Amino acid sequence: MALDASQVEKIAHLARLAIDADDIPEYARNLSDILAFVEQLESVDTTSVVPLAHPLDATQRLRPDAVTETNEREIFQAHAPQTENGLYLVPKVIE
Amino acid sequence: MHQKTVVALSAALQQGEISSEELTRACLERVAALDGQLNSFITVTEESALDAARAADDRIKAGEAGPLTGIPFAHKDIFCTRGVRTSCGSRMLDNFIAPYDATVTRKLVAAGAIMIGKTNMDEFAMGSSSETSYYGPVRNPWNTSTVPGGSSGGSAAAVAACLVPASTGTDTGGSIRQPAALCGITGIKPTYGRVSRYGMIAFASSLDQGGPFARTAEDAALMLGVMAGFDPRDSTSVERPVEDYRATLNDSLQGLKIGLPREFFGDGLDGQVGAAVDAALEEYKKLGAGVTEISLPNARYSVPVYYVVAPAECSSNLSRFDGVRYGYRADDVHDLEDLYKRSRGEGFGAEVKRRIMIGTYALSAGYYDAYYLKAQQVRRQIREDFLKAFEAVDVIMGPTSPSVAFGIGEKSDDPVSMYLSDIYTIAVNLAGLPGMSIPAGFASDMPVGLQLIGNYFAEGRLLNVAHQYQQVTDWHMKTPEGFA
Repeated sequence: MALDASQVEKIAHLARLAIDADDIPEYARNLSDILAFVEQLESVDTTSVVPLAHPLDATQRLRPDAVTETNEREIFQAHAPQTENGLYLVPKVIE
Repeated sequence: MHQKTVVALSAALQQGEISSEELTRACLERVAALDGQLNSFITVTEESALDAARAADDRIKAGEAGPLTGIPFAHKDIFCTRGVRTSCGSRMLDNFIAPYDATVTRKLVAAGAIMIGKTNMDEFAMGSSSETSYYGPVRNPWNTSTVPGGSSGGSAAAVAACLVPASTGTDTGGSIRQPAALCGITGIKPTYGRVSRYGMIAFASSLDQGGPFARTAEDAALMLGVMAGFDPRDSTSVERPVEDYRATLNDSLQGLKIGLPREFFGDGLDGQVGAAVDAALEEYKKLGAGVTEISLPNARYSVPVYYVVAPAECSSNLSRFDGVRYGYRADDVHDLEDLYKRSRGEGFGAEVKRRIMIGTYALSAGYYDAYYLKAQQVRRQIREDFLKAFEAVDVIMGPTSPSVAFGIGEKSDDPVSMYLSDIYTIAVNLAGLPGMSIPAGFASDMPVGLQLIGNYFAEGRLLNVAHQYQQVTDWHMKTPEGFA
């Protein structure tokens, strides 16, 4: 599967990645190479094989619904790019 | 002193021949003097290391020391360390001071081990050469124009150059074993779920596993004994007691059944690397082991399976880096989408972006069955091959890497060629098995690694098999010129 520039742009948008226009041809080439490489999997017969979701086939462990973590909002927010009154700030979403 | 093992240093500390403060200073001095050649550290934590060393000395004097108390180690910069920058080799986290400790960090600190710094690595552990770091490439102490392997290249180079006696790493597709091989040291990737992933920055959560580097299997046994164990904070941590890995190191190998996968000795394996592996197998025969050929017919699909599964999980895991709560944020953004896109576009390097995009594509509408589901099916077949093999053999052996360390820049422009340097290690992660690499000689004056693969939770057996080999060989105690 060879990807063209518009497909790379679409994937980058889905992944919320800004990519320089100059770099798109190289990404298109690299990503196409990787996809061509993984396409050899098509030749494997996997009829009725159950996909492996966990190497040990373990299921999700449950725990009691109890509060175990302490609130450390101030420490966490100390690393945020921009906060105000305990809230994380982003550019205005609704005009 | 810097060439001593953890076990020897621990004895010297207990007997009062040296203090932890002296030992820690000696390591810090070696880092200051020699790491300019290697770039193996991103952050050196001199002040907190010396404080911890003095505390360790008090513990030793009080008779409360364990085997790692007072022993300096280097910590891969993927493990969160409260109050210390945890960059994961990325511009994205260049300003990130972790607000909590990873479980592995907490356990090593509680054991009295002294963290002297955080080591360099491929960005977000995505690489096989430690070249994709925002902080520049790591260099191999055996030849500084070559790579140390990756992604835990800084941790491997630091031990190989005797800057520290032990270090930590993580292994998603070979990131402990391949750098251990390329740097001529010992490294073990435990069974999936054996070491807690809590606070270990996630790359591919169904594959990621932490483990130690050291010069000897005995030292690795000490480190792993502290790092391993059930952790309720990791949802895939396994509830199972940790064995005393040192207790079985001296078990005899008489009658040990070694399986050699014929798929690991075919085209693509460097002839001199193959010869070193063959010589190691001869040593094992002398130790009483028997060698039989086995087949892992689906192993050849492990790299393509990995390059669907790992990018898919990475694209999901790395969606958390959004420029809002922590990490890098782009300047002068004009709206929220621009903030996300430019923070991520500028904060991540090229290889990370490639993998996020491959994963995004593989998981996007209409492609899920063809890529992710198919890969997970083949993944089960790869695991079945191993389970079948372990009905007949105790341990599987082969080369860790198809070649010795390659040149810096040699594979940077060709992702697929870089991915193939993990051709013998990746199947082990897909199956969730424990794997190890130990030094087994040299090819073209560069170290060769022998890979040992065990059944689930057979870490003790692997360490025993490695230790016995190290009793009759001295490859693991060779030190690169300029670092002796």
